[in-house]
Amino acid sequence: MDNHSKHIVPYKTYLIILASLIVLTILSILITEIELGEYSTAGALIFASVKTFLVLSYFMHLKFDNLILKIFVGLVIAVFVAVVVITFMDYIHR
Amino acid sequence: MAEPTINLEQSFYEVKNYKSPILNWILSTDHKRIGLLYLYSIMTFFVVGALLGLAMKLELIAPGKTIMEAQTYNAAFTFHGIIMIFLIIIPGLPAVFGNFLLPIMIGAKDVAFPKLNLLSWWIYVLGAIVALLSQVMGDGPPDTGWTFYAPYSFKTTSTVLPALIGAFILGFSSILTGLNFIVTIHRMRAPGMTWLKMPLFPWTLYATAWIQLLATPVVGITLLMVIAEKMFQIGFFDPALGGDPILFQHLFWIYSHPAVYIMILPAMGVISEVIPTFCQKTIFGYKAIIASTLLIAFVGYFVWGHHMYTAGMSDTALWLFSLLTFLVAIPSAIKIFNWIATLYKGSINLEIPLYWALGFLFLFMIGGLTGLVLGSVATDVYVHDTSFVVAHFHFVMFGGTGTGFFAALHYWFPKMYGKSYDNTWAKVGFWGFIIGFMMLYMPMFTLGMQGMPRRYFDYLEQFHGGNILSSFGAIILIASLAIVIINLVTSAKRGKKAPKNPWDGITLEWQVDSPPTLENFETIPVVEKGPYDYKK
Ligand SMILES: [Cu+2]
Repeated sequence: MDNHSKHIVPYKTYLIILASLIVLTILSILITEIELGEYSTAGALIFASVKTFLVLSYFMHLKFDNLILKIFVGLVIAVFVAVVVITFMDYIHR
Repeated sequence: MAEPTINLEQSFYEVKNYKSPILNWILSTDHKRIGLLYLYSIMTFFVVGALLGLAMKLELIAPGKTIMEAQTYNAAFTFHGIIMIFLIIIPGLPAVFGNFLLPIMIGAKDVAFPKLNLLSWWIYVLGAIVALLSQVMGDGPPDTGWTFYAPYSFKTTSTVLPALIGAFILGFSSILTGLNFIVTIHRMRAPGMTWLKMPLFPWTLYATAWIQLLATPVVGITLLMVIAEKMFQIGFFDPALGGDPILFQHLFWIYSHPAVYIMILPAMGVISEVIPTFCQKTIFGYKAIIASTLLIAFVGYFVWGHHMYTAGMSDTALWLFSLLTFLVAIPSAIKIFNWIATLYKGSINLEIPLYWALGFLFLFMIGGLTGLVLGSVATDVYVHDTSFVVAHFHFVMFGGTGTGFFAALHYWFPKMYGKSYDNTWAKVGFWGFIIGFMMLYMPMFTLGMQGMPRRYFDYLEQFHGGNILSSFGAIILIASLAIVIINLVTSAKRGKKAPKNPWDGITLEWQVDSPPTLENFETIPVVEKGPYDYKK
């Protein structure tokens, strides 16, 4: 392996992350109670993105990993976003 | 299991962990045996797929019914497509030659995850069996075409479900192979082999592996959505339930367009190995070929809409996809230029693998340039869903990937089996292939321009001439393929012993034994020179 030291995350951090994931899940349900029209989907997606970020960083250990892995994940997300944007070039302009 | 005594100096064929010869193959985690397992499975399916293609061409030899009913014809082109796409050219070059040669070419003993590699083959077999079940179960074989377009795929009474599930399972095989290759290339290159000293076939496998990893899950989800739609009437794609059938086409082609680069990029890698070896000259524009490989893989994600120009997309999407499609043609052209510049003033040694590589250049260029006709919205609307599209696709996939596959087979055959093949028969097979190929597919361009639709089992009298030519081409093509395959099979059994390096290649695979030993190298080599540092 490379010279990055094995990082050990304390249980407490995992519990905090777990708790925040649960809170965010509840929030993404609660937000549908407010009348936001078409923005409620956007709201739910924002909560989901924050949750994804937490899972990737802590549970999947990305925060403590090599830079190259972060770049890979970043590129993959960029490709995904580009695919979604291009698909909507069809739906929005129809 | 008795304690095996492994002699590291004998060929990998001699290594036996089990008493039963079959178990020695299907439970082996040796990358070379797994590559050959894929080769034998793929060639078996190829014979079936090719004979189905021949049957369709015989049906089209005259207007009206000749040898099969219309519904049989629908099932035949669907089965032909499913076999050729999902079982043959998607796994194709990476699974066969990637497995056999990638570790050797980068100076490693095996891939990063040998057990996962064996699992990929097992998943492939499972997926194949499930997909084949669709032919014998329920109310007749599927008739949707390999594209499973909504809403027809959940309206038809034919047995689509096993085919969908089979394709879904096959996707996992592809994803795992891609993952394995990415890790292998990142972590297992021999000392001294920097990224820019790596041969081009591993480079194309690397780009391909990323597409396998990122695009395949999309088709997995899409197929699951069709399955769910069929079983629970959810309303993703069915307009009657408020769904959008064009969404299916978006999702399907978001995978299936990058998938054509899964098919073609490794073939381009093979050509980039064959040409320098038979010119004894360094490749022209090594870095440009790498850059164009990565660019094709990247831009290839964003052009899927060119399959949907007539589906009812917005005008904005039409010009955007057309523009992006034209952009992706540029890196392919860079490669063609580099290969031709490599040939220029090389000491050309015209052997069978170079025949196939030149065949690739010729056929792939026709396929690529007719692709521009389809990439441009104005002309595509005119020839959409005609036999022009079928001809273009076969020129690129069969004339490109298929020819690249045969180039690889003839190039690395002495390494894989330690035997030489018969040159005369190989030449007869090659020329028959080119003649049959041109006769079969060229008329389909003209027929398409004249308006003959694809996927029809009958046609008007005005299309008769071109179809006769095309059907006879199919017969010549099948006969030549038989010559090629029989020549290789008999040579593998009875051929003369091949020298270690018959073509004077300088990449690492030519420095190991033919066939290689279990661990490929006695000591892991230290790489100092570039992959194509010939004297010239
Ligand atoms: Cu495409």
